Amino acid sequence: MIRHLFAFVGSLWSGWTTLSVICLVFAFWQIGFETFGPLVLPEPLETIKTVGTLISESHGLNYILITSERALLGFLTASCVGIILGLMAGWSNTLSVLSRPLVTMMQGMPPIAWIVIALLWFGGEGTPIFTVFVTTLPLIFAGTMQGVRMRDGNLDEMADSFRISRAEKFIHVQAPQIVSYLFPAWATSFAMSWKVVMTAELLASGDGVGAGLAEARVNIDTVATMAWIVAVVGLLLLFEGFVLNPVKSHVEGWKNDV
Amino acid sequence: MFKPSQRDNEIRSGTSSSQRPRKKTILHLRLKEHRYLPIEQVLDACELKMAPGEIVSLIGPSGCGKTTLVKIAAGLISPSDGSVERNTDSGAVLFQDHRLLPWKRLYDNMAFGLKAAKLTRQEQFERVSVAAKAMGFSQADLKKFPAELSGGMKQRAAIARAMVTEPDLLFLDEPFSALDVGRRREMYRALLTEIESRACTVLMVTHDIFEALSLSDRVLVMAPDPGRVIKEVTIKMPLHLRTRQLAHELEAELLSDDMIADLFRMKNWEKVL
Repeated sequence: MIRHLFAFVGSLWSGWTTLSVICLVFAFWQIGFETFGPLVLPEPLETIKTVGTLISESHGLNYILITSERALLGFLTASCVGIILGLMAGWSNTLSVLSRPLVTMMQGMPPIAWIVIALLWFGGEGTPIFTVFVTTLPLIFAGTMQGVRMRDGNLDEMADSFRISRAEKFIHVQAPQIVSYLFPAWATSFAMSWKVVMTAELLASGDGVGAGLAEARVNIDTVATMAWIVAVVGLLLLFEGFVLNPVKSHVEGWKNDV
Repeated sequence: MFKPSQRDNEIRSGTSSSQRPRKKTILHLRLKEHRYLPIEQVLDACELKMAPGEIVSLIGPSGCGKTTLVKIAAGLISPSDGSVERNTDSGAVLFQDHRLLPWKRLYDNMAFGLKAAKLTRQEQFERVSVAAKAMGFSQADLKKFPAELSGGMKQRAAIARAMVTEPDLLFLDEPFSALDVGRRREMYRALLTEIESRACTVLMVTHDIFEALSLSDRVLVMAPDPGRVIKEVTIKMPLHLRTRQLAHELEAELLSDDMIADLFRMKNWEKVL
């Protein structure tokens, strides 16, 4: 119990590093503002105030929620489908050989091209979710498949020597290896899903953070633009600190840091 | 099968005949041949019968198929032509490397084989605690990940993991070859204590002739291309009465055979170089 408490306090304490880096970024931003003027870079304080009003008064919070929902929906669907397909492909020699060029092709396709295709197919509504799905799927698929392919055959053999059941072998021996391969790809594709969802919204949607950015661009409103950026980046930082890092330390805690 | 003239080549009889019970066969391996790939024959025809409680060593130069033979006997590989009969369900393998799961703490690693045996948590805890004590692990060690343990500790953990399942058949594939001489002796002593107390049957692979002759009831010498048994040596002296000198004498006798000396590249072996 006390050990867990210490670990929690320790993880909060490491948040100071992040906080000091954020302060540094704001300091440089302030210098930029003082050098180039408010049309290029708005005042940091004013931006933060705008974030406050966006969230409390206008549609800001709603937009952020809509965008998060789309990003998460696309990302989670891609995770489910990608992991299932990746496991299947990983266990079959033929499928893994065949799917490699397919993954390269899908990864080579720029997100903007997918957005245009999705616009033609679905119109405005489904575009952001579809684009997130289709751009993160190959990463997750490849990560899972690679995890299955690169697993240590010796450990499988060891498990077989104890006549352990297939299900237990998967849970205790194979899954941890697959997860350690998948996790970096998974974290990358999560960050990517935010970028992609906003691009798609900017071009194709009437609501969401991307649409808010589009609105700010039309009004040549640098303050609002920066406010949206601050809101989204802040959300990502919070997510990383409170969700991704704890999961990471749980999944990869046994690995030794150099 | 190897020729009768080469079988049961008894080098020395001990004062008492074997102290172990030898009634029925616990493992009977009949192999016509084994190939991983159709064009490459790894093992030739051979037959191996093991009595309960017997310790049998396989020796031979590297690449002669010792490991493959042990894996076939342990049921990890099915032979391309042949059959293996095991008259017990419980068996364990100790591999060349420790093969601990790096993401599991020492306790969970040692309990790994017990999970498959469907034992309750309490039973697992009791058995692992006894084994941990026997292998000299502290309570703090049990919470560590394998990466935090020394090489010798990892090997001891692997022994414990195998022995807690209380196997009737134990297969050793040069499990201690990476350790220094003293450590190796320590490991063998720890292992033999366990084996004696449980009276389990052991099939082990080693490339050290001396080691094989000092630890086993029977030694099978293998030759490569394709892998086959060319000589069988039975040693009747009980394990606890054996001395270093006896093992050296046995080694000298074995290597006096030109074919064997040639096989191990040990011609004129009395000379250091």
